[in-house]
Amino acid sequence: MTTTEEHRTEEHPREQRKISRVVVRFAGDSGDGMQLTGDRFTASSALFGNDLSTFPDFPAEIRAPSGTLAGVSAFQVQIADRDVTTPGDVPNVLVAMNPAALKANVGVLEKGATLVVNADAFDERSLAKAGYDANPLSDGSLAAFTVYEVPMTSITQQVCKDAGVKPRDAERSKNFFALGLVSWLYTRPVEPTIDWIEKRFADKPLVREANSRAFRAGYHFGETAELFEASYEVGPAQFPPGEYTQISGNQALAWGLIAASKLSGLPLFLGSYPITPASDILHELSRRKEFGVRTFQAEDEIAGIGSAIGAAFGGALGVTTTSGPGVDLKSEAIGLAINLELPLVVVDVQRGGPSTGLPTKAEQADLLHAMYGRHGEAPVPIVAAKTPSHCFDAAIEAVRIAVKYRTPVLLLSDGYLANGAEPWRLPDVDLLEPIDPAFATAPNHVDAEGTSVFWPYLRDPETLARPWAPPGIPGLEHRIGGLEKADGSGNVSYDPANHERMVRLRAAKIAGIARDIPPVEVDDEAGDAELLVLGWGSTYGAIVAAVRRARARGHRVAHAHLVHLHPFPENLGEVLARYRRVLVPEMNLGQLSRLVRAEYLVDARSLSKVQGVPFRAREIEAAIEAELGGPA
Amino acid sequence: MTTTAVPATTRKDWASDQEVRWCPGCGDYSILAAVQMLLPELGVRRENTVFLSGIGCAARFPYYMSTYGMHSIHGRAPAIATGLATTRPDLDVWIVTGDGDALSIGGNHLIHALRRNVRMTILMFNNQIYGLTKGQYSPTSELAKVTKSTPFGSLDTPFNPVSLALGAEASFVARTHDMDRQHMQEMFRRAHEHDGAAFVEVYQNCNVFNDGAFEKITGREARSAMLVPLVHGEPIRFGKDSEKGVVQRPDGRLEIVDVADVGEDAILVHDEEREDPGLAFALSRLSRGPYEPTPIGVFRAVRRPEYGASMAEQLADAQERRGVGDLKALLRSGATWTVG
Ligand SMILES: Cc1ncc(C[n+]2csc(CCOP(=O)(O)OP(=O)(O)O)c2C)c(N)n1
Ligand code: SF4
Ligand SMILES: [Mg+2]
Repeated sequence: MTTTEEHRTEEHPREQRKISRVVVRFAGDSGDGMQLTGDRFTASSALFGNDLSTFPDFPAEIRAPSGTLAGVSAFQVQIADRDVTTPGDVPNVLVAMNPAALKANVGVLEKGATLVVNADAFDERSLAKAGYDANPLSDGSLAAFTVYEVPMTSITQQVCKDAGVKPRDAERSKNFFALGLVSWLYTRPVEPTIDWIEKRFADKPLVREANSRAFRAGYHFGETAELFEASYEVGPAQFPPGEYTQISGNQALAWGLIAASKLSGLPLFLGSYPITPASDILHELSRRKEFGVRTFQAEDEIAGIGSAIGAAFGGALGVTTTSGPGVDLKSEAIGLAINLELPLVVVDVQRGGPSTGLPTKAEQADLLHAMYGRHGEAPVPIVAAKTPSHCFDAAIEAVRIAVKYRTPVLLLSDGYLANGAEPWRLPDVDLLEPIDPAFATAPNHVDAEGTSVFWPYLRDPETLARPWAPPGIPGLEHRIGGLEKADGSGNVSYDPANHERMVRLRAAKIAGIARDIPPVEVDDEAGDAELLVLGWGSTYGAIVAAVRRARARGHRVAHAHLVHLHPFPENLGEVLARYRRVLVPEMNLGQLSRLVRAEYLVDARSLSKVQGVPFRAREIEAAIEAELGGPA
Repeated sequence: MTTTAVPATTRKDWASDQEVRWCPGCGDYSILAAVQMLLPELGVRRENTVFLSGIGCAARFPYYMSTYGMHSIHGRAPAIATGLATTRPDLDVWIVTGDGDALSIGGNHLIHALRRNVRMTILMFNNQIYGLTKGQYSPTSELAKVTKSTPFGSLDTPFNPVSLALGAEASFVARTHDMDRQHMQEMFRRAHEHDGAAFVEVYQNCNVFNDGAFEKITGREARSAMLVPLVHGEPIRFGKDSEKGVVQRPDGRLEIVDVADVGEDAILVHDEEREDPGLAFALSRLSRGPYEPTPIGVFRAVRRPEYGASMAEQLADAQERRGVGDLKALLRSGATWTVG
């Protein structure tokens, strides 16, 4: 880093202020490349050593009408020199590439926020499209903010001219200008972005040249234009020693599945039908054929899970991934897998519902569906990831349970985790626990005539799991199916008492997993908290931040976060009983709180938010204060 | 996989200990017998054989076989078979399905399995009725069929399963019927040999809800005049003394003629290996239903890459080019940085 330091002192004559964190929101038209811009800003910050958390927030339409509010795509990132758990409640800096981007986002800004706008885009037509009667840059409505008007489009066109890039094409590089400018403003290293541009556009020399020129121009603009009185530096965060990478939830989940395949020695088979926001798992796994991963883009979600069941029957690690309406389509086949008692992982990257709902937005409203969304008594274990990188561990855990207990497992993620990114300390893969498929190898029963036979439903007395006997072994031939099975032999049985026994056995098998999962940990340092905040899934970051703030204000608050939602950890009842009040923030109308109330008879209060956007820490903090009676 | 010789078996070795529960007189019995008697001749192993099915009377089939098997959910067997066959190329995967199972609820899975050409042998028992649910009309029931659910007659044009399979890019399509064990066995053997998805329509009598649906063409007396055997490389002729034949008119239409009228050389020679499925399609539509002379036999048998093999090839390619996947390297495939 020393060279950069020198470089900096030379080229940054202006004051440089140290700040400990900043929240930047890049907003523009869907076609403006805001996701890419945010992503690159994030990547260079990660390499610089900041802690960070991102929130890509984009519309469902690939290209909504340009310049309209519906077409605004945004990317928010918080970078800090300390541990952060959310992308930030409110942006400190908003980069608005056009009037619509300004209008859609200015409402959340607080007094004193910084606004960097592409002045070229504030022409009459664009203002009208965004629904502005007057130009906000001149009507005084932005007086509460520090506004920097930068002619991004024209400068970009200017610098690209010599490179032989046509003005229309050059215009498309203006996002790199914005990236360059913000990179200067926050003293980001330049090289990673330049390197990235060189590699990414290696085979498109003109685009490469235009982007790279635009990026440098943005950076130099900050330096030379006397517009900005200072630049800022967010120093590196203190991380535990180790090797780090930046990871999104979908990528971590895909890698977790590959890891589980290695740990179990089971070849991975993914049957999936494309759907936002789950498709990236299919994409990522499709690239990894050297791991022996078979990905099958099925004709629909039913075939996706059906093929995964077929693969599991054959002794592979069967996985299916989906979201929203795709989850509904899989219900019947999940029931089949429950009856077949075969290992299977069903990944639900939750999005806003019902029906098509909010395809690109996050929600946690599938919990009760995961829990109860099938006919008959059809219990399944449920595992939920809590942060983007945790998707890796959650995937391995889902596979472990599925294989050990011969059951479909529902693995819940959501759109916020799927696309959000954070630094991840790489685990030592040699220390990950192996997963034993424990295939059946020989007959397990002696029949009335004294012959050795194979009974597919003779259970392990401890786990109640049945043997897994993929085809290929003489003497173990057997038939399974959706019809009720006789306990032990697995023959079709309509016997009433047998049915009840099997219903209870299947339930007991799943309930017994509670003994095989870690107890829920409670973050309650002093042990004197009055209120427990109980969460699950992607609300983790916001709850952690909220609890920290509430404590800083003198409140006694504890936090517990569930990874296993069915069965619950064995100690959960006892944990809940320790607290006078329990608050459950969820991005639904109170699904976990309902389960907890039913199971433990505690007055768990629900804090709901179903807007397709994650909780802000301050919203949870306010609810904590309301429970505890105002500031302590 | 073992390399020792395949043990000799008899029909009994392929039957499970479960009591067969179809209605007495059901055509399914003779199909089951044909399969159980054929398997000892195929030189295959019980432990490497899997029967998969969906739901319906026909779909009970796997319970009666002593192989590995799965009785799954309505219509989904081709999807399940796709996962099994692509991950376990060492297995023989058979699907037993009904006209409702395959063409109604499972229509989507069937056509996609066929077009992908996943190695599976699909036996579709067509009784032109929903048997298990007690007699509603099916997607192959003739127009105006009166059943419990269509007391005023059905309104929808039926599928022709062979036409459908051909339209779905199937590489192997055949038709047979439950009254002729030898012909069934010949078709099943051919289908089993085929490297890809093989579709066999089996006309099957449901003597409870649709008795005699095929009587006009498969009845002992009727057969010679009403069944048109397709034999690769042979002129398409039928009738007691092979006096009838099929010709193709200049406009492409197929027509049944008296051989004597046109001369033997004018009779269409059957070519199941024709790349263009057009003629096979025309043959599938020679009769409008099982009351006119109806072709049976192999309509089409062409070579096309098998899906599972192509999938395996991509994996092998990737491993050759990049080496076997290394988890540590995977986790470091993006930009990384070190702290401390
Ligand atoms: C999802 C679902 N819908 C409906 C049924 C009821 N059902 C069972 S079999 C069947 C029709 C079977 O007809 P076919 O496939 O022709 O088989 P057959 O009984 O005639 O052999 C129906 C509608 C079911 N089992 N599952
Ligand atoms: S209902 Fe028909 S198809 Fe079903 S078993 Fe009886 S006769 Fe056979
Ligand atoms: Mg039928």
